[in-house]
Amino acid sequence: MSGDRANMRYGHRGDPVPGRRVARADGAASPPAASAVATCSHERRARADTRNDRWFRGLLQACALLVLAVLLGAALSTAWGGREVLLGQGWRFLGSAQWDPVTNNYGALAPVFGTLVTSLIALLLAVPLAFGIALFLTRTAPPWLRGPLGTAVELLASIPSIIYGMWGLFAFVPFMARVEPWLSASLGRLPLIGCWFQGPPLGLGLLTAGIVLAVMILPFISAVMREVFQAVPAQLIEAAHALGATTWEVAWQIVLPYTRAAVIGGIFLGLGRALGETMAVTFVLGNSYAISGSLLMPGTSIASSIANEFNEAVGTHRSALLALAFLLFVVTFAVLLAARLLLRRMTRREGLR
Amino acid sequence: MQQELRLNTHTHHLGRCALAIALACGIGSAHATDITGAGSSFVYPILSKWAASFATQSGHRVNYQSIGSGGGIAQIKAGTVDFGATDMPLDKADLEQHGLAQFPDVIGGIVPACNVAGVAPGQLVLSGSVLADIFLGRIGEWSDPAIAALNPGLTLPSARITVVHRSDGSGTSFNFTTYLSLVSPQWKTAVGSGSTVQWPVGIGGKGNEGVAAYVKQLPNSIGYVEYAYAVQNQLGYARMRNAAGTLVEPGRDSFQAAAASVDWAKTENFAVSLANAPGATAWPITATSWVLMRRQPQDATHAAVALDFFRHGWTAGKSAAIALDYVPLPDTLVQQIEAYWHMHIKS
Repeated sequence: MSGDRANMRYGHRGDPVPGRRVARADGAASPPAASAVATCSHERRARADTRNDRWFRGLLQACALLVLAVLLGAALSTAWGGREVLLGQGWRFLGSAQWDPVTNNYGALAPVFGTLVTSLIALLLAVPLAFGIALFLTRTAPPWLRGPLGTAVELLASIPSIIYGMWGLFAFVPFMARVEPWLSASLGRLPLIGCWFQGPPLGLGLLTAGIVLAVMILPFISAVMREVFQAVPAQLIEAAHALGATTWEVAWQIVLPYTRAAVIGGIFLGLGRALGETMAVTFVLGNSYAISGSLLMPGTSIASSIANEFNEAVGTHRSALLALAFLLFVVTFAVLLAARLLLRRMTRREGLR
Repeated sequence: MQQELRLNTHTHHLGRCALAIALACGIGSAHATDITGAGSSFVYPILSKWAASFATQSGHRVNYQSIGSGGGIAQIKAGTVDFGATDMPLDKADLEQHGLAQFPDVIGGIVPACNVAGVAPGQLVLSGSVLADIFLGRIGEWSDPAIAALNPGLTLPSARITVVHRSDGSGTSFNFTTYLSLVSPQWKTAVGSGSTVQWPVGIGGKGNEGVAAYVKQLPNSIGYVEYAYAVQNQLGYARMRNAAGTLVEPGRDSFQAAAASVDWAKTENFAVSLANAPGATAWPITATSWVLMRRQPQDATHAAVALDFFRHGWTAGKSAAIALDYVPLPDTLVQQIEAYWHMHIKS
């Protein structure tokens, strides 16, 4: 009984499809017979196409504009929230390293310094490593290793930052506390950069935060690099090899120049994440509003300052934190802009050569 | 005989339970009220315990959000919650301007937690001014003569002191810095007191647990945490020389002594800090948390339930407070608060 009903339903649903197929077949066979009708339908089709195209273009535009609107809205609302401090303290907010909620005297220099320094350390460590990983995975790794290793690197990206923070605090900080006396004794003796590696071996500080950040941004950069390295035409590489180039020469003189724009894009994707990273940094940076010459000393970053203090902040203090948030927008924008300009100059110089 | 007695109390217990359940069901279905509070994170653990037992007893639910003292003050001023909780008392003018009443809800203690090799918990002795100098960075090594003078029998390493403070705004920091301001003029002028201050030295840990973790990990460090965290994490702690010059051990007795050494009746709206309390056996860094309520509540039943909730906490909730290492309010203080309610809160 129920089987019958199912058959019936199936029949009903199945019916129209063959019918339509027949109709379409008829239509395809008929044009020579009635060309006027066909032109008319062609015109109608073309009109519909342009209309649909217009709609689609509008939709795409709306998607892009929405992002722009959200970005602008977020930046403006943080600026508005921080107007009391931005206008009240003016340039002093940018130039002062004081952060005193008791007397309501705020300066953003220490968090900005910490943000830039930790991100820079992260980039310096992550970029060469990511380049190596991507090259290995695309050029020299045996095929059976490429899959698992690639997945392992990508897995790093999916770990939430709080886990990195806890790993940093409970595993990496004690390790760094053992390494730092050795760093002070060796690198600390060097001229010029020696002072960067002197200080009490706390295990936490700018260097530790930079290294944890490097681990976090590594998968982003290496994933982008791997993708674009794979896109380099095989003929180019084979030709270079045929001319007697070593693997390194191929990587440095063929693969990298060919993919430069995308590689720099990947690096700045990682940099963007490093600049805004909050939880992991909060755990290992030391959260101290100090600008010190040593990378072993604690510091603070914009994002971790906000995360730490927002909960209990009222009045001017809250305004100062929102101003700090606006500053993060500005810093990120400035860094990305600098990257774009750098890229454009490099391309132009290339063109002249 | 003894067995009979036990049996007797047992049945008595059962009877009370049944009554409580019956009451809970009856009242719960008839008119359960949901009240909301917001503020101090210092009291969150005990308020949530009290809320659970209050719900089974009365059927009313208390929803408390620990958004920080500043947030609690803002919310009760805006009238979006039935009560606010704050670690820093408001002054009379502020209370009157916003039509608020204020009374304490629970007392707790903050202890200097330290991790010094070869020093057992409770072995180290500190005074207020030495503690302030350590947190100012003026005393940089454990072998400093000022520390040695307080600890004649103790050999302290000549190692750098690593100071650990809170990185987030907190009532614990407020109470700690209030104490340091009271005992050290230098601290008062250089740093002052607040839930977030400009720490001259040291590193910041997020939350009591963050500070506890840093102190545990970093050798030769000193920080400050709520007493419960020092106990739970088995941290080394220091004994303190209090305002009367006595050497006191942190714990319920010395916290209670601090609460008892203040003449609450002479205070206005109970706005008195227990920091550096004068009692002979008082723990110097004792802290109170206050509840803020509207004098003219928008909803009288909500206010009545809120008052019932605190009454419940001070009577039936005493053991829960003790279990969480808080100190319940002394009975005399509870009576004074009840009289204060009568005068100031319409419900």
